[in-house]
Amino acid sequence: MTSVDRSPRAGVVAPARGSAPRTATGGAAPRGPRHGYDGWWPVLFVLPTMFGVVLFYLWPIVQTGYFSLTEWGAFGGQTWVGLENYQRLARDPDLGTAVVNTLVYTAIVLLGIPIAMFVASLLHRPGMRFTAFYRVLYFMPYVAMPTAVAMVWRLIFNGDFGILNQALGVVGIDGPSWTSTPGFALVAVSVVGLWTSLGFAIIILSAGLRTIPPELYEAASLDGASAWRQFRSVTVPLLTPSVFFVTVITVINGFQLFDLLYALMGQANPAMQQTQSLVYLFYNEAFLRNDKGFAAAIAMVILLIVGAVTLLQFRMQRRWVTYA
Amino acid sequence: MKHLLRSASLAGVAAVALTLSACGGGGDAAEDSAEVAPTDAQAEITYAIWDENQKPAIDQNIKDFNETYPNIKVTVDLTPFQQYFTKLQTQGESRTLPDVFWMNGPNVQLYAANDLLEPVTGLVDAGEIDPSKYPDALNQLYSFEDTQYGVPKDFDTVALWYNKALFEKAGVDLPTDDWTWDEFQDAAGAISDELSDQGVYGVVSEINGLGQSSYYNTILQAGGEVISEDGTTSGYDSPEAVEGLQLWADLIADGASPTVQQLSDTKPNVWFGSGKAAMLWSGNWSVAEMKDSPNKDDFGTVRLPAGPEQRATVIHGIGNVVAADSENKAAANAFLAYLGSEEAQRTQAEMGVANPAYTGTQQAFVDSVPSFGIDVFVDSAEDMAFPYPISQNTAAWNALETELLPHAFSGERPVEEVAQELADAMNEELAKE
Repeated sequence: MTSVDRSPRAGVVAPARGSAPRTATGGAAPRGPRHGYDGWWPVLFVLPTMFGVVLFYLWPIVQTGYFSLTEWGAFGGQTWVGLENYQRLARDPDLGTAVVNTLVYTAIVLLGIPIAMFVASLLHRPGMRFTAFYRVLYFMPYVAMPTAVAMVWRLIFNGDFGILNQALGVVGIDGPSWTSTPGFALVAVSVVGLWTSLGFAIIILSAGLRTIPPELYEAASLDGASAWRQFRSVTVPLLTPSVFFVTVITVINGFQLFDLLYALMGQANPAMQQTQSLVYLFYNEAFLRNDKGFAAAIAMVILLIVGAVTLLQFRMQRRWVTYA
Repeated sequence: MKHLLRSASLAGVAAVALTLSACGGGGDAAEDSAEVAPTDAQAEITYAIWDENQKPAIDQNIKDFNETYPNIKVTVDLTPFQQYFTKLQTQGESRTLPDVFWMNGPNVQLYAANDLLEPVTGLVDAGEIDPSKYPDALNQLYSFEDTQYGVPKDFDTVALWYNKALFEKAGVDLPTDDWTWDEFQDAAGAISDELSDQGVYGVVSEINGLGQSSYYNTILQAGGEVISEDGTTSGYDSPEAVEGLQLWADLIADGASPTVQQLSDTKPNVWFGSGKAAMLWSGNWSVAEMKDSPNKDDFGTVRLPAGPEQRATVIHGIGNVVAADSENKAAANAFLAYLGSEEAQRTQAEMGVANPAYTGTQQAFVDSVPSFGIDVFVDSAEDMAFPYPISQNTAAWNALETELLPHAFSGERPVEEVAQELADAMNEELAKE
C-alpha cells in the first residue's frame, strides 16, 4: 500500500521541478524558456519573511551560542570563558533531572494523541450531532492562557481542600498534595498538559479525517470490513500524516514546558527541584540566579535536543507515515 | 531648616532648591547630583512601581507634587512584582532605567555596585532629605560601601498574628508581647491537639520561600545570622542558625504546623485568614489582606516571641531610587525628595496602603485597623529590628534557600546537614561577588 500511495505524490512533485520531457510534451501554456527554476523571483517573495526569521530567530540563536561561551555580568559585559559553562552544566545533577522530567512530561502528553484520534473519529461519525459544539469544547483549553488553566487546576489539585482529593476521599483514598509532592507533581503537570493540548490534536486530526475519501470506507464495507477493521486499515494509515504533524508539534511544545509548570507549582514549591523542566532550569539560572552565560549554555542544549529529536522523527516518518 | 522641610513647606523646598542651584554656579549644573529642579522646571519623568494596591496613593502623591512642580509630568510604570526585577534588569543592561523607581533590599547592592543608582548624598547635604527621619536599619539597607542610594518609603517588620476565637475554643491563654519560644511552641501544640479534628493547626508561616516571615527571625532570635555583617560569608552553618531552623522543623514534626506541601498548596495567609490556623508569623504587609477576612474581628497581633538569645525581627522596606543615567536628574531628584517627605508618606499611611518610613507618620496606618493592634509593628521596628540579610547578588543564594530548606523543614533530611550544604553553596555564590 505504501509504495502505491507514494507514486502519485512523486508525480505531483515532478512537474513542479519542470523535468524536461514534461515541458516538451505538455506545451499547453508555453511561457518561454525555463531553466528549471524561476530565477530570483521566489527569493524576492520569501525575502520579507526571511528578514524577520533571520533577525528574530536565527541571529538570536547565533548570539545565544556566543553568550554560552561567556560569563555574563549582572548588567552586560561578557567575559570569554570558553567551554566552562558546558563543563559546569555536564557536572550539574539538575540537568539530568530536568532532562528526565521533560521526557516524562512529553511522553505523557503524547498519550493524548491516541485519545485525540479516538475523539476525532467519534466526532467524525456520520449522524453525530453537535459536533461543532464538542469541537469548541475540546479546543477551549488550548486557547486559554496556561496561567488561567493552572489557577483552576491548582484548586482542583489542592491537597487539603481540592475537589480531586475530596472525590478520592469518598472512595477511601487519602490523596497527596498533588502539586507539591515530588513524583505526583510531575504527573499532575503532565495531566494538565495533556488536557490542554488535546484540543489542538483533535482539530488537526479532524481535519485529517475529512480528507479521507468516503469511497474508501464504502469499498471496505463492500469487502466486508467491520467498523474496527475500517478504522485500523483505512482511517489509521491515511491519518498518519496528520498524526505525524501533531506528534512533531507536541514534542517540540513538550520540550518547551515552562509556563504551565511555573504557574501550577509556583516558584517556592518544595517539589520544584525534583520536578523542574529544562526550560525551568534555564529560567532559574537566567532570571533567578542571574547567571545568564550559564543559562545560554542550557538554551543551546535545549536547542540541540529538540533539533535532534525532530530530525529523528523526520527520519522515522518513512517507516510509518502514509502519504495518500 | 529641617523643621521647614518636615512640615513640607513647599516654599521651603523651593527656597532650598533655588539656593542650591545658585551655589552650584548655575549653567550646566544638571549633572550635579545634588541639583534639584526649580519649581517651574519642565520635564517628563517615569516612576516604576510594582504594587497595584499602592497606585491610588502614588497618584495622589504625584498630584500633590504637581502643586509645586506643575510642569514636571510623572508617568507611573506599573509592573507586577514577579516581572518587575526581570524587566528592571533588562532596562539596567540597556541603560534605560526609569528615572525614579522602587528598589528592594535584595537588589539594591547589585544596582549600586554597577553604578546604576544615583547616590542620595547630594540631597542629604542639601538638606532635602534627612536620613535621621527614617529607621536606621532602613538607611543601612539602602547603603552600599558607606554611600546611601535610596530613600526609605515604607517598612515591614514581622509580628505574631493570632485568632482569639480559636485560642478560646482550644482553651489556651492568649499570646502576649512577652512570650518566649517555649510558650509559643506549647500553645501551638495544644491548639493543634485540641482542634485537629476540625482541621485547625496551631501556627503557619511562609517557610517555603524567603524566610522574612519565619526563619530569618528565628535565626536572629537564637543568636545566629543569615549572612555575616560584612556580607561575605553565610551564617547558616552556625549552631544558632540551625537552632532557628529547627524550630520550624519541630513544629511540623509535632503536627503544630501544616507540612511544607500543605503550606505550598494553600498559602499561610489563607490558612490563617480562613480560620484554619490559630497563629501566623507575618509582616504588616498582611494587614490589607487580613482586614478583608471574614474572621477579621478575631485577629490581633503581638510581638514575636523571644528566642533563646534575644527578641528580634527583620526589618525591610521599599526604597525610592533615582537612576544614575536619568536624563532628567534634577526633576527626578525633586520627585525623590518629595516622595521622602513627611507629607507624601503621611498620604500613603492615610490611604492605608503602606506603613510609611518617615518617623511619626505611622500612626495613620496603625489607626487604619485599630482592632489589630498593629502598633506592634512600629514598636518592633524601634527596639528589636535587624536589617534584612542581603549581599550584592542576594537573588543567587535566595534561590538556594528556596531549593534546600524545605528538605530540612519536612524532616526528610537532618536540619544540620541541610544547613551545612546551604552554607557551603551560599559561600560559593558569595565568593563570586
